[in-house]
Amino acid sequence: MPEIKVTPLGAGQDVGRSCILVSIGGKNIMLDCGMHMGYNDDRRFPDFSYITQNGRLTDFLDCVIISHFHLDHCGALPYMSEMVGYDGPIYMTHPTKAICPILLEDFRKITVDKKGETNFFTSQMIKDCMKKVIPLNLHQTVQVDDELEIKAYYAGHVLGAAMVHIKVGSESVVYTGDYNMTPDRHLGAAWIDKCRPDLLISESTYATTIRDSKRCRERDFLKKVHESIERGGKVLIPVFALGRAQELCILLETFWERMNLKAPIYFSTGLTEKANHYYKLFITWTNQKIRKTFVQRNMFEFKHIKAFDRSYADNPGPMVVFATPGMLHAGQSLQIFKKWAGNEKNMVIMPGYCVQGTIGHKILNGQRKLEMEGRSTLDVKLQVEYMSFSAHADAKGIMQLIRMAEPRNMLLVHGEAIKMEFLKGKIEQEFSIDCYMPANGETVTVTTNPSVPVDMSLNLLKREMALGG
Amino acid sequence: ELFGAVQISPLSSGYSLGSSNWIIQSHHEKVSYVSGSSLLTTHPQPMDQSSLKNSDVLILTGLTQMPTANPDGMLGEFCSNLAMTIRAGGNVLVPCYSSGVIYDLLECLYQFIESASLGTTPFYFISPVANSSLEFSQIFAEWLCHNKQTKVYLPEPPFPHAELIQTNKLKHYPSIHGDFSSEFRQPCVVFTGHPSLRFGDVVHFMELWGKSNLNTVIFTEPDFSYLDALAPYQPLAMKCVYCPIDTRLNFHQVSKLLKEVQPLNVVCPEQYTQPPVTQSHRSDLMLELQPPPMPYRRCSVLSLPFRRRYERVYILPELANSLVPSEVKAGVSVATVSAVLHSKDNKHTLQSVPKPPPVAPSKKRKRVIEEPPVTLSPKPLLSGAVPLEAFLATLQKQGITEVKVEETAEGHILHLQAEDTLIQLEEDGTHIVCDNNEPLRTTLRDLVLRFLQKL
Repeated sequence: MPEIKVTPLGAGQDVGRSCILVSIGGKNIMLDCGMHMGYNDDRRFPDFSYITQNGRLTDFLDCVIISHFHLDHCGALPYMSEMVGYDGPIYMTHPTKAICPILLEDFRKITVDKKGETNFFTSQMIKDCMKKVIPLNLHQTVQVDDELEIKAYYAGHVLGAAMVHIKVGSESVVYTGDYNMTPDRHLGAAWIDKCRPDLLISESTYATTIRDSKRCRERDFLKKVHESIERGGKVLIPVFALGRAQELCILLETFWERMNLKAPIYFSTGLTEKANHYYKLFITWTNQKIRKTFVQRNMFEFKHIKAFDRSYADNPGPMVVFATPGMLHAGQSLQIFKKWAGNEKNMVIMPGYCVQGTIGHKILNGQRKLEMEGRSTLDVKLQVEYMSFSAHADAKGIMQLIRMAEPRNMLLVHGEAIKMEFLKGKIEQEFSIDCYMPANGETVTVTTNPSVPVDMSLNLLKREMALGG
Repeated sequence: ELFGAVQISPLSSGYSLGSSNWIIQSHHEKVSYVSGSSLLTTHPQPMDQSSLKNSDVLILTGLTQMPTANPDGMLGEFCSNLAMTIRAGGNVLVPCYSSGVIYDLLECLYQFIESASLGTTPFYFISPVANSSLEFSQIFAEWLCHNKQTKVYLPEPPFPHAELIQTNKLKHYPSIHGDFSSEFRQPCVVFTGHPSLRFGDVVHFMELWGKSNLNTVIFTEPDFSYLDALAPYQPLAMKCVYCPIDTRLNFHQVSKLLKEVQPLNVVCPEQYTQPPVTQSHRSDLMLELQPPPMPYRRCSVLSLPFRRRYERVYILPELANSLVPSEVKAGVSVATVSAVLHSKDNKHTLQSVPKPPPVAPSKKRKRVIEEPPVTLSPKPLLSGAVPLEAFLATLQKQGITEVKVEETAEGHILHLQAEDTLIQLEEDGTHIVCDNNEPLRTTLRDLVLRFLQKL
């Protein structure tokens, strides 16, 4: 019986360093190649020695597919392709191909230059890696070779995020990457047709939550920000430069406009200008409303949001600052956090998921004394808020996707084990299909039962059909 | 997919942004539709030729209307005439469509402006969709050629007209009324429509500038005969330059393409099978192919020359598992299939024959004895050949000795004298003819069966 084998090297019962190996119809495919943001040692990369003990991966993989530019999905790509060694095709969508190298370079700079690490990929490696990338268009079937074909679907989540449909012969797998079933202010919702894959591999970040209405969350967020500003406090919002940041910027901009607020909003420099450009050039990937109006006005040109300078952090008075990176684990957002942490009028709002091990995760779990480098401790007196704006599908959304695609089997990745257990039960109960949730390094075998295609004489076929009436 | 019956896929045709050739295919047949394609390196993705291979039929149309004009040469003439006019203090009018070749013209001018010291000359693009056209051209990077795609990754807009607009060298207006009339400066270059000169803002400019021989109107669109277009404006002092830019395939390129792609049949408009009317001596300006293409003209209905013989059918796994193929010849295995054919949405599947439901014991007394439905199991197919000598030997063993063998065109006829029976052995069948001797017939039949394979 033909089978599909899936082995997660990362994101199996875990979030971070997504890397899933799929064997289907004799072809081996690597889905995503990410970095774990919570570790600083070798554990941040997936363990490629599973594929082969020594030497390059080119002979063992038919292709690599990257779903989107978040570092936990593409962060290890230059390491894999240049340091471990892989020369085959790497597929990703156009926006991902444009933005990936920027985020990788940024990340490299922080890790090597600022932290002084040595065994890390270089700028040249990033460039060499991107040369191997073949861009994918939405809904276009690409023949990787004679038997393997792949097709990208819109996933929402961030600019250029895609779900991938992989087909070899009569067997098929769909990998969702990270996706969102509800449209937000600048991106649309994920969509897939009733392709009935043998296996659907889905993320399950919010497997047990059903998120309340977006309007409520937005209202809460704006209320908190407003209250802090009224008190004269400073609000820090750590974000990744591309992604949620644009969403929140649009939200704050419209709020500031409506309420005629005067407090300044800042966005850390570097990636803003470029981010704006990318959104303009890839406007076909945003949601309908933005696409319709882009000729008249660019939604991403903000009147109330200005570029940030490090010295502003010491300015008196209220302000809102968007700073990178998103989990407070390094860089500018961490610096600002250290400056403002001592004042209880200030506030930090985490707009998304924080990986274990990061400062973001620690303070969200209530830690109020943090150990910094050089043995100093930091007292966290400012208010810590969590507003979940990250664009992941909730439990309802995941079930909706299953209804859309009608897979024969399910596999969950990118979530926490206990939550996945719960969701697994629900899926098996509601759809009567097998649901798997392997851990890293564990292989799941799914037997597929494909139909056999044959050629039948047309005359015979027409005769039989006529008889049937 | 169309109604489950055929698949249609677009291929890049290289002519304009998003222009496509189409492939219509089923599992066994393929029809390609090639129209408006270009092999020149302009802004769209290059033409996809390799996917056109293995077509049963290739429908060809949309070849260049200017087979004798070289687009690069035309572009050069365009630029030099434009520069000449401006330097002499005149205006240049370019009647054109709001999208397509204008992007290439602007790109060409972007490079030309510096070298020709036209830095102070304003360029105007007037059309109700001017703004949208220029904006939209920048966001479809996926449909552009590789060079432009790499620009987008930087990120930088793929077309240089963005810079022309930023530096105020190019200005666009929805119409000549409003802002344009107050900001308009001469000498200048105006791109506006409609290339037929019968309507659109271009009419206004023709009237305005027609009386001065300093001005020039440059025709770049091949769709309209420029002499006809100008007729109502005569007498005209304005200079007229005709440099039509048509990047579509010419006859030479098409012949080469067809040799590469080798479709089994080619269908094309009648006009391509003869040289054009205006140049009837040019035998290179037509399609010469072996086998000759099927011509069509307006409103004619053609039957395309292919017979469909096979269709794709799927055998469901349970049924497939139950089949046992046996080898009848080296490399050829045969299995008999009894199945139920399901056709839905043009998808055909073979499913196992459902077992008849067991007859429930009836508690009621039956008036009429109902017979359970009899499903006959199908008779097995027989294959093989009955070797003559071995068969005769077997007959002998059975006590049948007096056999006269007659050779016929199809095989042999065995006359069994004593039993007054005939056995006809032919390539595809055996007939046993004997009167009223059922036991003998069945014995003989069994003997024949021994030599054959049952499937």
